[in-house]
Amino acid sequence: MLLISCPYCGVERPETEFRYGGEAHIARPADPSQLNDEEWAQFLYMRTNTRGLYAERWRHAHGCGRFFNAVRDTVSDKFVCTYKAGEPKPDLDALARASQEKDAR
Amino acid sequence: MTRYSFLEVAKNAFSAHKNWGRQWRSPEPKPAYDVIIIGAGGHGLATAYYLAKVHGITNVAVLDKGWLGGGNTGRNTTIVRSNYLWEESARLYQHALDLWDGLSQELNYNVMYSQRGVMMLAHTVHDIQVFKRHIHANRLAGVTNEWLSAEEAKEFCPPLNIDKNIRYPVMGAALQRVGGTARHDAVAWGYARGASAMGVDIIQNCAVTGIRRAPTGEVTGVETTRGFIGAKKIGCVAAGNTSVVMAMAGLKLPLESNPLQALVSEPVKPAFPCVVMSNTIHAYISQSDKGELVIGAGTDQFVSYSQAGGLHITTHTLDAICELFPMFRRMRMLRNWGGIVDNTPDRSPIIGLTPVPGLYLNCGWGTGGFKATPGSGHVFAHTIATGAPHPVNAPFSLDRFRTGRLIDEAAAAAVAH
Repeated sequence: MLLISCPYCGVERPETEFRYGGEAHIARPADPSQLNDEEWAQFLYMRTNTRGLYAERWRHAHGCGRFFNAVRDTVSDKFVCTYKAGEPKPDLDALARASQEKDAR
Repeated sequence: MTRYSFLEVAKNAFSAHKNWGRQWRSPEPKPAYDVIIIGAGGHGLATAYYLAKVHGITNVAVLDKGWLGGGNTGRNTTIVRSNYLWEESARLYQHALDLWDGLSQELNYNVMYSQRGVMMLAHTVHDIQVFKRHIHANRLAGVTNEWLSAEEAKEFCPPLNIDKNIRYPVMGAALQRVGGTARHDAVAWGYARGASAMGVDIIQNCAVTGIRRAPTGEVTGVETTRGFIGAKKIGCVAAGNTSVVMAMAGLKLPLESNPLQALVSEPVKPAFPCVVMSNTIHAYISQSDKGELVIGAGTDQFVSYSQAGGLHITTHTLDAICELFPMFRRMRMLRNWGGIVDNTPDRSPIIGLTPVPGLYLNCGWGTGGFKATPGSGHVFAHTIATGAPHPVNAPFSLDRFRTGRLIDEAAAAAVAH
């Protein structure tokens, strides 16, 4: 079971308190009526499903009830960071390089 | 290839069975092939087998980053059934079920296909309505499936607890008598042996690191850890790692990869006659010919490639098993493991063409791909050989996510993952 740190509550809690929300930073279309079928498919269904560092949404369902984002390594399942909804997406490549350097030391 | 027979067994007995030949060749990769299949699991090997057998295309390589059958083929719970709700799915899985019949004879390899019956338990009024709808839909589609009362279910599977005073009492069951199990490793080995004998090269420990394309867009081959291998046609059958492989060709897919866990108990004498699944309280169980109880749990909720899941998922399943089958309460579990399954939004597979010319895709089998192995390989071989989908897999195109013609088995799967 994962241990997840909620950025709103500021505490680490077991995974069973949380619900997964899928890939993060997929913005709703600003003008939905202008989208063609291909763009709808991209928004609704296509996911990067990254093997490595992945930005994803979680909801502290049995806590504060709020959505937040996290960066997690999908190979080791280790969290790199969690951050509040609305905050910018971290630079995943830079985070990956940093964690590689840490492993190298 | 040595044809296995009683005579051959008797002959080899004289040398204490020490001189059996290798079942498949282990060649060095050639510079180029007509077709490259990425992924030497059951589906990939079946594809190569039918390419050679049905379409006469034998200049084929099957590449795998590990060993053949070492991914989900060796990790699943081996259940075979075809009672899916929608006509498209029923046709696809029934096509597979028809091929399971006689597969051992066709491959000259015992895949231990056992039609012991697959029973799905109903615990609520809603379950009863949904299962009866399934049964009617199945019968209209020519797929066998029947309704049992709780007492009839107990008669079919005596260890079942139909006490009305448990948390989720059994209110009835849907039974597909022709469903059952098969030996998963033997399926991969049988197809590998058959394909290899017809000239297919199976190249293990050869990870694909890139997909090379011509300036005009079509594929020209794959970069691998053992060098470049050319091919005009590439079929990707990489299960949980499909998104990773297809990203090499610049494609983003409607897939999410999740861990799915299974576990086996210590081996005991034959005690469990069929396969039982329960959607509502989430458990499925059968007994292997070796005597182990084979138990399937659910998927973890998050994207992961770790091939391991959370213990609370398996605990939840074992709670259900203990309630439904009190005689297993003191069984000891020997091993548990996870496999990475690629789920689509509608829980139906994707088998067909991609926007990249020469690149073909067979993925999205999610939590239930094993049962489809022969059918999946058969129709995917047709798709690659002819460049157009077989009528059975035509509805399962990647394009359906654009057109909106989804095949929504999400609510219809036997176990809600």
